[in-house]
Amino acid sequence: MFTYVPLLWSVYLSFFDAHNTVSPHHFVGLDNYASMLGDRAFTDSLETFGVFALFIVPATFALSLGLALMVNRLRYAQAFFRSVFFLPAACSYVVAALIWKLSIFNGVRFGLANTVLGWFGADQTAWLSTTHPPWYWLVIVTVRLWLQAGFYMILFLAGLQRIPPQLYEAAAVDGARPGWQVFRHITFPQLRATSVAVALLLVINAFQAFDEFYNLLSDSRGYPPYARPPLVYLYNTALGRGQNLGEGSAGAVLLALIIAVVTVGQARWFGLARRED
Amino acid sequence: MTLSRRQLLGTGGSLALTGALAAACGSNNGRDDDGGGKDGGAGRVTLQQWYHQYGEAGTEQAVRRYAAAYSAADVKVQWRPGDYDQQTAAALLTSSGPDVFEGSPTLDQIQGGQVVDVTDLLSAVQDDFNPAVLQPKTYDGKIWGIPQVIDMQLLYYRKSLLSAANIQPPTTLDELIDAAAALTTKKVKGLFLGNDGGAGVLGGTPLYAAGLSLVTEKGQVGFDDPAAARTLGKFHQLYADKSLLLGAPTDWSDPSAFVQGLTALQWSGLWALPAVKKALGDDFGVLPFPADGPAGKPTVPVGAYGAAVNSRSKHQAEAKAYIKWLWVDKTDYQEDFALSYGFHIPARISLAKKAAKLREGAAADAVSFATDHGYAQPLLWTPASQTAYQDALSRIIKDGANPDTELKAVVRKTGAELQRVQKAS
Repeated sequence: MFTYVPLLWSVYLSFFDAHNTVSPHHFVGLDNYASMLGDRAFTDSLETFGVFALFIVPATFALSLGLALMVNRLRYAQAFFRSVFFLPAACSYVVAALIWKLSIFNGVRFGLANTVLGWFGADQTAWLSTTHPPWYWLVIVTVRLWLQAGFYMILFLAGLQRIPPQLYEAAAVDGARPGWQVFRHITFPQLRATSVAVALLLVINAFQAFDEFYNLLSDSRGYPPYARPPLVYLYNTALGRGQNLGEGSAGAVLLALIIAVVTVGQARWFGLARRED
Repeated sequence: MTLSRRQLLGTGGSLALTGALAAACGSNNGRDDDGGGKDGGAGRVTLQQWYHQYGEAGTEQAVRRYAAAYSAADVKVQWRPGDYDQQTAAALLTSSGPDVFEGSPTLDQIQGGQVVDVTDLLSAVQDDFNPAVLQPKTYDGKIWGIPQVIDMQLLYYRKSLLSAANIQPPTTLDELIDAAAALTTKKVKGLFLGNDGGAGVLGGTPLYAAGLSLVTEKGQVGFDDPAAARTLGKFHQLYADKSLLLGAPTDWSDPSAFVQGLTALQWSGLWALPAVKKALGDDFGVLPFPADGPAGKPTVPVGAYGAAVNSRSKHQAEAKAYIKWLWVDKTDYQEDFALSYGFHIPARISLAKKAAKLREGAAADAVSFATDHGYAQPLLWTPASQTAYQDALSRIIKDGANPDTELKAVVRKTGAELQRVQKAS
C-alpha cells in the first residue's frame, strides 16, 4: 500500500503537467523526462552523487573494516569498544548534521575547527560556504563517516568472527607472516560476501543521501547549487514551493532506473548472483 | 548471500522512489481532530490556523490571544517551525491542511485553485492597504490573501566601526564593496549577506538597484540587459576579497552576527531593529541597498505574508469571516501584531501613519526607504525562476562564473516559466 501505490502514482504523474496537484489532467508525454534530462541542476546533482560516492564508499569501507579488525583483536573490553564505535549509528542524521554545522565547522572564529586552526595562526574558514577549495565535502563526508562507520564495523565484525580459526592455524603452519600477509590471503578473501554486501549498501545509501546534506547546506531561502544530491533536488522540485510533481516524479523514475542499473552492474561485477562452485 | 536480479531491482527502485516521494508524507499532521475542522462543542466550528515560527518573543502568545478572543468559532493555532512555505505547499495538496494560514500564495497555488478569493472581505478598506504589498496578492483582478504586515530588508551598519576606518555609509554598490574590504580585519568581516554569500536573500534587489526588474509590467523578463551581468558580476569581488562573513551560527535574518561584532555591515530585516537597538544603542544606522550604474537607484525589498483561506477547507465561509475579523476589523490587534513584538510596518496605511514607534530614528529612515525605494517580488516570478536565478547568482558570487553566460540561461528559464503561467491564465 505505502510502497507500490506511491511508486505507481509517481510513474503516472511523470507523464502529466502536475503543478500543485496530484490528480492532473494535462498529459504531456515524455516532456517531463526531457525537461529533467536537460536540466543542468538535475545533471549536476547526479555529478554530486558521483563525487560523494567516490569519497564516502571507499572511506567508510576502509574505516569500518579497520575498526572491525582492531576490535576483533581485543582480548579485553571488546564489547565496550564495539558499543562505543557503534553508538553514533543511533544518532539522528539531523542532530549530527546540526552539531557539525553549528559547533564544529561553523565559519566564525569561535567554531571548534577554526579555534584549533587559529592556534596555528590560520585564518577562519567558512567550511560550508567555501567552494574553492570545496571544504564542504570535508564536513559532509566526516559527519556521515562518524554516523555510519560503526554500523558497517558490526557487519565486518560478524564476518570476521565467522572465519574458522583453523584457517589461521593452517596459514601459520605454512609460514604466513601475521599481519598484512594473513589479512591479504586469508581474512579479506573470507570476508568477500560481507564486503560485497557492504559495498552495495554503501552505494545505495549514497544515492539516498538527503538528511545531512539538507541540514548542513539548506536555509530558508533555498539550497546552494553545489553539493546538491539528487534527492534534495527532487524534494525541492516536487515538494518545495514550486510543487512541480510531474517533473519531480520524472526525476524520481530516472533516479530509480539509474540506481537499478548501477546496483545490477555492481552485483554482476562482484559476481553476487553467481552460483557458488 | 545471494540476491536475485529481481530482488535487486525491486529494492533499488522502491528505495529511490519512496525516498523521493514519501519524505513529506508523515501521517502526523499535528491536528487535534479529523483534519476537516470538525465541529467543536455545542455545534461550534473549529478552525485550524497556521503561522510560521516568528523569532520575536511574545508573538506566539499574541496570536493565540487573538484566536481565543474570537467568539464566532473556535480557532486552534499551530505555530510551525521549520520550512514553513514548503509545509503549507505540501499541506494544500491534502485534505488535512489548515483552514486559514499565513503565506504568500504563489501563482501556481492561485491558478491551481488552492486558495480562496478574499476580494469581498476588503471591499470597504482596500484603499487603506499599502499597494506595494497588496499587488503581489492580486491576480486576475482578485485578491487572494489579506496582507498582515509589511516586512522589509535593509542594510545595518555599525557607526563606530565606519568612523574608525574613516568610511562614509556607502551610497553606491562600488562604495559598498570598497567599504566591506576596508572594514575587514582578522576578527571582523566587512559585510554579512547570509551564509550563502547573498545568493538567497538578495534575490532581485541588485537588479532593481541597477534600474532593472525581475519581471516587467508587461510580463516579460526584466533583466535581459547587459547592466544585469555588470551589476551581479561585482559581487564576486566581495567573495574574492574575503570581505564577506560566511558560516555564521545564525543566518542573515538574525542580527546576532552584527550585534556580536562579527561584521561591520549586515543585510537583515526591519524586524531585527529592536534587538539591534537594544544591543548597540545608537551605534548603528540603516541604509537601502545602494544604487549601481547610471540608471541605478537605492532599493529595498518589501513583502508581506497574507492571511489566506485553504480552498479544501470545509469551513470556508467561517474561515473568511475569521480573517476579516482579525486582519480587517481588529485594527488594534493589527497594530499590536506589527509593533509590539518584532518590528514591522502595519499593512494598513492609516495604522502605519499613526504608529509613534515608526516616527523617529532608524525606524523612520526604514519607513521612508520602504516608501521611496520599496519593490515587491512580482507574482509572475515563479519558484522555478527563482531557483534558477539563485543558482546562477551563487555561481557568480562564489565561483566567479561568467555573469553573461549564467544570466542567459536564467533568462531562458524565466521566459519559459512566464509563458507557462501566462498561458494557464
